[in-house]
Amino acid sequence: MTRIHMAGAGGLLLDAADGPFSDTTQRRIWATSRELNTRPDVLQTIPGVNNLLVTFDAVQTDPSAMEKLLRTVWTQASADEVPSREIVVPVVYGGEFGEDLALVARFANLTEEETINAHMATRYSVAAIGAMAGFVYLTGLDARLAIPRRDSPRLRVEEGAVVIGGGHAGVMPCTSPSGWHILGRTDLCLFDAFRPDPGLLRLGDTVRFVRAS
Amino acid sequence: MIEILTGSSLNTIQDFGRPHAMAMGVAQGGAMDRLALSHGNLLLDNPVDAAGIEIVFFPFRVRFHAETSFAVTGAACPATLDDLKLPRDWAITAKPGQTLTLRAPEQGARAYLTLRGGLDVPPVLGARSTDLKGGFGGLEGRALQKGDRLSCLAASTLRMPATGYGLARPCPVPPADGTRIRVLPAAEHDVFTPESLKTFHAAAWTLTPSANRMGYRLEGQDALKLSRPLSLFSHGILPGTVQVPPAGQPIIQMMDANTCGGYPKIATVIAPDLRLLSQTVVGAPVHFETITRDDAVQIIRQEAADLKRLAAAIATLRTQLVF
Repeated sequence: MTRIHMAGAGGLLLDAADGPFSDTTQRRIWATSRELNTRPDVLQTIPGVNNLLVTFDAVQTDPSAMEKLLRTVWTQASADEVPSREIVVPVVYGGEFGEDLALVARFANLTEEETINAHMATRYSVAAIGAMAGFVYLTGLDARLAIPRRDSPRLRVEEGAVVIGGGHAGVMPCTSPSGWHILGRTDLCLFDAFRPDPGLLRLGDTVRFVRAS
Repeated sequence: MIEILTGSSLNTIQDFGRPHAMAMGVAQGGAMDRLALSHGNLLLDNPVDAAGIEIVFFPFRVRFHAETSFAVTGAACPATLDDLKLPRDWAITAKPGQTLTLRAPEQGARAYLTLRGGLDVPPVLGARSTDLKGGFGGLEGRALQKGDRLSCLAASTLRMPATGYGLARPCPVPPADGTRIRVLPAAEHDVFTPESLKTFHAAAWTLTPSANRMGYRLEGQDALKLSRPLSLFSHGILPGTVQVPPAGQPIIQMMDANTCGGYPKIATVIAPDLRLLSQTVVGAPVHFETITRDDAVQIIRQEAADLKRLAAAIATLRTQLVF
């Protein structure tokens, strides 16, 4: 059952989560986001993981009218394929760059080598972008690696850290606090405010991790 | 041209931020007290969202190297231009060589220095606001340091009386005995226990020292509890969101907050009251009051109308000033 919650007077959060992550629901979230972005009353849409935040100017727009629009667009949205590119992320795994590899391996009941292979084996999909500039929530993580986030976040995780947490994979686009577990490090620049296209990854992109040569 | 005479890691250039870059994961950013920045800009006949300096570290001193009209708004802090004491929410023209000094606020927490034309720093992702976490915007993506020199965008000279002019009713800052914050229920509001919902509204929460442009942590005697465990997928969050992490003490997301999060949300502070929270000092009590969405919309529309009326009144008065 899809729920629509208030996020202040000028925001609505559509929550379509129903049990485990659904790829079909996520495609409908993106389609809803694309459609709403064409509406003049909509300020912005922020797709999350099986949910969508919509903002508008409550001075001009009646929240109940926006709620109606959101529900209509969501109901009519189809789970279309989106144009997808494949981005390959080279990673140095373990050692000083992957301080949680041993912990994750123990959690998964695998060797460190098997853990790395499990992380590299899947093709991930960019489900959502956010938290910090250029951070992507990647779906498709091997279920054995779905370790919960740390109870208390590290105050400093370095830019380029290749991380997993709460069933998702990600890469740190800047040095920041994080509660995710660190498997390795990449040199790839995920976000640069001065590039014409600041974020490296787009919604729907496919991501593969490989060992850095 | 102005020169910053006092350094700090907290005083930054801010405008209205980057609401359209949130989908990239970029914080909305912008002035924590948007109304105070707006008032300063209106006094100088600037665009309402022109970039100014948000000051949270005092004393703050700046020297004017050219004749410059400026305004000081926001917190009630003793302000002097050389030896001349300036009233609250005041605009005046400085002569070359004069120094403006702002001392620690008697009420409120942040002051805004706006300058005729607005500060001339390169816009990044559509705004001049400093994003300290991202390291871009403002001056080189950082807080202002001693010796920094800043210019303003070109604007015609503003005629004003030698002693300046100001607002008869400065924008309100919270009284020392507590800040009343109006909120709307958020997504997980109903999952909190009835006792916790009562506590949320009845308790005097204290603003902890862990309060910055990203978030304000509050502390209360009783932790807020959920009636059943929740595991939420990451979702978009806006400034004003009141999150409750497992420890049960609320964190209010402020202008530089992360754009996505995963903690349960009990409420959202309405936009006009978020500025009041930003003017609340560490250790002061904070009270929450839940209102309806209709009430919130009415308050927001009233504030927008008031600002429009003020802009028109200032424009009319400026033509009638006797020089």
